[in-house]
Amino acid sequence: MNDNIKKVLRHPTQSEGLIFEKSSPGKRAFDLPPLDVPAVDAAKALGEFHRRGGVEGFPEVSEIEVLRHFTRLSTWNYAIDLGMYPLGSCTMKYNPRVNEFVARLAGLATEHPYQPQELSQGCLKILQLLEKCLLEITGMDAVTLQPAAGAQGELTGILLIRAHHEKLGNPRKTVLIPDSAHGTNPATAIIAGYQVQNIKSSDEGQIDIAHLEEQVTGDVAALMLTNPSTLGIFEQRIAEIANVLHAKGALLYMDGANMNALTGVTRPGDLGVDVMHLNLHKTFSTPHGGGGPGAGPVATKKILEPYLPVPVLVEKEGGRLALDYHRKESIGRVRAFGGNFGVLVRALAYILAYGPGVRQATEDAVLNANYIRKHLEGVFDLPYTRPSMHEVVFSDALQKKHGVNTMDIAKRLIDYGFHPYTTAFPLIVPGALMIEPTESESKEECDLFIDAMKSIAREAESNPEVVKTAPHTTRVRRLDEVGAARKPVLRWKPSGKKSEAGD
Amino acid sequence: MRYLPKSPAERQEMLAAIGVQSVEELFSSIPEAYRLKKPLNLPGPLSEPEVIAYFRARAAENSVGYTSFLGAGVYNHLSSVITDTVLQRGEFLTSYTPYQAEISQGTLQAIFEFQTLMCQLTGQEVANASMYDGSTATTEAVLMAERLTGKRRVLVARSLHPEYREVLKTYAKNSGLSVEEIAYTAAGTVDAKGLQSALRGDVCAVVVQSPNFFGAMESLGPLAEAAHTSGALLVTAITEGVSLGVMKPPAEADIVAMEAQSFGLAPSYGGPFAGVIAAKEKFVRQMPGRLAGQTVDLDGRRGFVLTLATREQHIRREKATSNICTNQALCALAATVHLTLLGKEGLREMAEQNLAKAQFALKELQTIPGVKRTFAAPFFDEFVVELPRSVKMVNAELLKEKIIGPFVLGSAYPELTKHALVCVTETTTRAEIERMVAAVKRALEQPL
Amino acid sequence: MAYPTEYRYTKEHEWIVVKDGIATIGITDYAQHELGDVVFVELPKAGAKLAAGKIFGSVESVKAVSEIFAPASGDLVKANAALQEKPETLNTDPHGAGWLVKVKLTNPAELSSLLDAAAYEAFIAEKQKEASS
Repeated sequence: MNDNIKKVLRHPTQSEGLIFEKSSPGKRAFDLPPLDVPAVDAAKALGEFHRRGGVEGFPEVSEIEVLRHFTRLSTWNYAIDLGMYPLGSCTMKYNPRVNEFVARLAGLATEHPYQPQELSQGCLKILQLLEKCLLEITGMDAVTLQPAAGAQGELTGILLIRAHHEKLGNPRKTVLIPDSAHGTNPATAIIAGYQVQNIKSSDEGQIDIAHLEEQVTGDVAALMLTNPSTLGIFEQRIAEIANVLHAKGALLYMDGANMNALTGVTRPGDLGVDVMHLNLHKTFSTPHGGGGPGAGPVATKKILEPYLPVPVLVEKEGGRLALDYHRKESIGRVRAFGGNFGVLVRALAYILAYGPGVRQATEDAVLNANYIRKHLEGVFDLPYTRPSMHEVVFSDALQKKHGVNTMDIAKRLIDYGFHPYTTAFPLIVPGALMIEPTESESKEECDLFIDAMKSIAREAESNPEVVKTAPHTTRVRRLDEVGAARKPVLRWKPSGKKSEAGD
Repeated sequence: MRYLPKSPAERQEMLAAIGVQSVEELFSSIPEAYRLKKPLNLPGPLSEPEVIAYFRARAAENSVGYTSFLGAGVYNHLSSVITDTVLQRGEFLTSYTPYQAEISQGTLQAIFEFQTLMCQLTGQEVANASMYDGSTATTEAVLMAERLTGKRRVLVARSLHPEYREVLKTYAKNSGLSVEEIAYTAAGTVDAKGLQSALRGDVCAVVVQSPNFFGAMESLGPLAEAAHTSGALLVTAITEGVSLGVMKPPAEADIVAMEAQSFGLAPSYGGPFAGVIAAKEKFVRQMPGRLAGQTVDLDGRRGFVLTLATREQHIRREKATSNICTNQALCALAATVHLTLLGKEGLREMAEQNLAKAQFALKELQTIPGVKRTFAAPFFDEFVVELPRSVKMVNAELLKEKIIGPFVLGSAYPELTKHALVCVTETTTRAEIERMVAAVKRALEQPL
Repeated sequence: MAYPTEYRYTKEHEWIVVKDGIATIGITDYAQHELGDVVFVELPKAGAKLAAGKIFGSVESVKAVSEIFAPASGDLVKANAALQEKPETLNTDPHGAGWLVKVKLTNPAELSSLLDAAAYEAFIAEKQKEASS
């Protein structure tokens, strides 16, 4: 073991097979209360539709086996609760547990989306307060909480833009997207029926305004801009960019993925942004849960309000809240029911805990990123030197000389007890190391991270093999991804039986 | 602030290390004119007890103490405390998407088990790691069918959940798809003749739900045959997954889009739930969303990775199969734990209880003069009855007795003016059913 | 790996060779090397028509997709079905068993604008120099 690894020691973990391999007929982990109405002969009631004998292949195990199974699996994961998660662009911050508690309250978790609105005033008040908070934070005029995640928020936003242009007689053809953007941006524009035109970032990692002016024609519907960009750099001339677009009737969409750098410090609505989405599972602390759920509210200026998805929350006389399903110009629904309500509850709990003090979180996030930058500058190559906001992007140029790339360094970080940073993104930085500490890390944790990165940089020079073959301390190492993709095995099957399909 | 792990002195130390005087300097790249001069006008800060008190107060303004007969895409089912115990483990709750396989094996193996359970339930060969919900899964299944067939017309049963149809229309509008609806018959199932005559060679997908929005079970075999004869794919949506405990799986379908809410996920005023897409293996490269696959590591040990990622937006960008990134992973984990707890026998028993309770409720309701069953097709835990008076009026009476009445079908199907969609699950007791029936009877006996 | 002199090459790293009026098309050793382990190959279906300079298929590694451009126009005769089962052939024998499609050329004159082996090797040598600087 390396003396420079201070954060972790080796720890045995339990082995555990697939739950299907533990199954034995007759075991069970859940008992239902006895049936209090006459039993029905399912075969008779359902006829040709009847499935005999339950779902073939389903596990039969006891309660303790289920609990142990999933507890053992859980210990194979890294998590925010274990330490720093410096994934650039992902904003992996602390997930306050009170948020989990309130989302599970009887009277909130139990509510049905079709129950009478007079029996849903509590839910609707929560939604209304969250809307107000998000409007104050973004400086926008109207908001929908319906989108299920950031990418769906993007789609909603672009559909609003499309509706606006259609109203004016021409939906236009193109959406401009910088080369540093997330992959969801171009994928979204296509679903909304637009062509994508990439725009190149300047040497300083900013939008080249002169170049933009040439690209914004009458065919351009919008520019999708991430601010701060995925380089962690604030787009200083954003108001000018908005003017260039508006002069040609195009709109400015802001991808709010990096809102953790701006909350309480500046407001997109004041910068000329027409429409944006927020990722509540990033900026507003709702847990990532291994990939979701999230929520992607979309905030807009007045001009796009008529097109918001239905239903829209409205306040009637006497302060009674209601859902308005009848809006002629709406783009329609983007998902069933009102949105990921449980996620919205958690986000509001987060905002209420901070209140106006949410600015302190932003300041600490930016402080942490700059502290790490200061200590690692020179140790790692910094291709874009403009001031960093909440994240910093290095490249592996210095380590490449020793045959060590960003993925190797990332995997070696695991041995030091950290989750890797984001590798190889943004695409405009070859061999990128994208580091976002968030406000949730103490100085001590930041220092441990800095020490680990410096130590790995030294290893890259003195003993590159140890970095290139990392990780060395995990349960499994260097999984065969090529084999997994060439001959996909996407489900368990009982041995000796080829396929259950079609039964 | 209790969430922030720094003392004022540590902040000063860090600023000094960076070489700036104040934190304001760190924001120098934001033009002065755009920096907020005053604090945001937000409520708070609240202590933890105050946060809880706020939400308790809101919860008290909702439907606590009421018995509900609503389903229509969101169902009440029993679940074990074990499910939430597992979900609240920080290693699941606070982990990221498992891109770094070496330290995400727990999430990856759980996804693999989820995919397996979904295949077993649906009779399909592959299933993905989750979509946002049943409605977007249905829409994505149609877009998948469009890519697979290269055709642009979509035939959708009117008995598909009305909000699922709305979502499909929102997405279809700019994808060059034309969506046409197929009527339902007197039995409450898809009009096979109408479907047949609408099927020409240009249809990519026939979309049906089973049990459908009226609770009626659809014979998928003939629908699949009709679709396939004209070169279209059959997409089957499922909103009530528990039905599969006692109902034949939709193996005839080419793509299944399922809402997994029924598997241990709270109604939660409409979300978060989990959508699933399951399909035939030959279609896997057009499937949207994440997939976990089994493989081996350097030492030959079994392990799991996210695979076939070239379909996804972070690699293929504008040519991706979907723009989905964040999915509903934790909800899918809840379904995995829940279904593992129920197991083969538990799910069957739960399904049979639903069937028995719904049959009982229908029988009891039919004892009221003028109450008629509308559709003859076999049903699971939802059915339609016609009342001699407006459902809204009856529901208003039920509310007075702390009963949330059935879904008013007229709101989505103008022709079903006096029709109610009644849902009864294993969570509804016999006493509650009898109380509801008595209340309906009283409401109908009231003078107009 | 040697670049056969009877083949012609594109700057998008495809090769083409004509024998008995039928052209065989593949990707070069340089291309497979850049891409890494190939896990999937998408090829046109029967009846497809290829247009010079236009995309006709794609090759995937675990984390990248590379589109393949037709070096010349023609009607598809046959796609290499063996690649579905063994995509790794593209890595082991890109200029031979790893061929992608056979086509009947509709405008053989297009071949004259392609690179010969020497010119292609000079082109990739230049690229490699750029990458290492």
